Amino acid sequence: MVNSQLSEFGIVLLFIIGAIAFVLITLTVSRFIRPNRPNYEKLTSYECGEESVGNVWSQFNARFYIIALIFILFEVEILFIFPWATVFGDEKKIAGTDGLWGWFSLTEMFIFISILILGLAYAWGKGFLDWIKPEPEVKDYQSPVPKSLYEALNQKYLKK
Amino acid sequence: MEILPIEVIDKLVIIVAVFGISLVIAMYSTLAERKVSAFLQDRIGPNRAGIFGIFQPLADGVKFFMKEEIIPATADKGLFILGPSLSMLTACMTSAVIPWGDTLELFGRVIPLQVTDINIAVLYVFAVVSIGVYGIMIGGWASNNKFSLLGALRASSQMISYEIAMGLSIVALIMTTGTMSIGEIVYQQGGELYGIGALDGFAWNVFYQPLGFLIFMICAFAECNRTPFDLPECEAELVGGYHTEYSSMKLGFYLFAEYINMFISSAIMSALYFGGFNFPFIDKLDLSHNWETIIGVGFFFTKIIAFIFFFMWIRWTLPRFRYDQLMRLGWKILIPLSILNIIITGLVLLLTL
Repeated sequence: MVNSQLSEFGIVLLFIIGAIAFVLITLTVSRFIRPNRPNYEKLTSYECGEESVGNVWSQFNARFYIIALIFILFEVEILFIFPWATVFGDEKKIAGTDGLWGWFSLTEMFIFISILILGLAYAWGKGFLDWIKPEPEVKDYQSPVPKSLYEALNQKYLKK
Repeated sequence: MEILPIEVIDKLVIIVAVFGISLVIAMYSTLAERKVSAFLQDRIGPNRAGIFGIFQPLADGVKFFMKEEIIPATADKGLFILGPSLSMLTACMTSAVIPWGDTLELFGRVIPLQVTDINIAVLYVFAVVSIGVYGIMIGGWASNNKFSLLGALRASSQMISYEIAMGLSIVALIMTTGTMSIGEIVYQQGGELYGIGALDGFAWNVFYQPLGFLIFMICAFAECNRTPFDLPECEAELVGGYHTEYSSMKLGFYLFAEYINMFISSAIMSALYFGGFNFPFIDKLDLSHNWETIIGVGFFFTKIIAFIFFFMWIRWTLPRFRYDQLMRLGWKILIPLSILNIIITGLVLLLTL
């Protein structure tokens, strides 16, 4: 086996090509053996039996967008942390610098992560992470029948 | 005969074997899921196709092939086909970096039982899992159906939320192992736990990273869209979620991808945290290398199947979360916990080194 990075990634590429071939073959085979008899009713989109109204491709809750934005920030930061994590515990480097390497890189990463935490705290404080919570409906209906009447009725039937 | 170098043929055989095994296990997971649910609910489960229903997955597969496919007239046809294909593709791609076993010595050659051991394997898994979001998002968007779009939006924001916590918990693991190659991580776990000789072969990362493992496992459940995190397809409110409009083989792809994902994430959890193909007291048995490898593969698959059973057990035990609970768990509990885990890991590593 050739021990170069290129050939290792070449194998990954081979694997991906295999996966693509599998998906394509399955789709093609099923295309040829399944029946195909479309009609108007079949091709309408499903909406619990109702005629569907309007187009779906319009607006949706902007909260999803904000979540996606915060996600990208975090994901990029994680990508920066990955290489740090591999060299952080390197014993050779720690021994070579008399233990200074570990503490230095740890403090450095603490500063970096605290910026990350600051961003999270900001989003948290601004309420971007709070989703709409279902609240039980409180009825403010005032009954003209006073409560004492109900109470009297209950007492009357409880005694029996 | 010398058309291809012998190493390439080795690799091709292993690639085909990995595909075959993951597809067969995913197929039989569907049967196992129904059997487990039947067991937990005191029913019998499928038992008509063959004894114990062992031909049920084949019957289901044939049905997926033979059913008519309906693509709604209002849907975006290209993206509609791309969605499930991408889902299936990403599900298949991850298994390239998983070490299934140690090396085999056959015909005077050393054959590693792993498709490839790239030095950034963990990053590769992480990247492929990220692409998985697109499969569901594209499919749900292209259906042009209100239920599908809601399911797809929920799925994508759920998956990206839990991906952060997952990445941060992996960072803590990499800090302790110092490498991103999964094969190397597995080899490291063959030693003695805490340096105690009696616990040989038990140096599993789960004992060094218990909190990290817990976070990783919860995130794996969320990434696979399994209960209690199956809000993208929760049938009580969204009919079928992102795959409402799908039928035939494309629906099959979505369902199948879920089971392959479950299998792969079980494999990754057992490789990263539970010692992979290592088993205790391997040196004391005094076996030849090939036998050790074969028994190791057996142990690895036992661990994987135990995890798959755990997935199913959870599914048939817990109810699903409400959406605000899901987001609160992801952003306000798991992410701070995983950052805390990184800090604790760093301090402990430096103080004990």
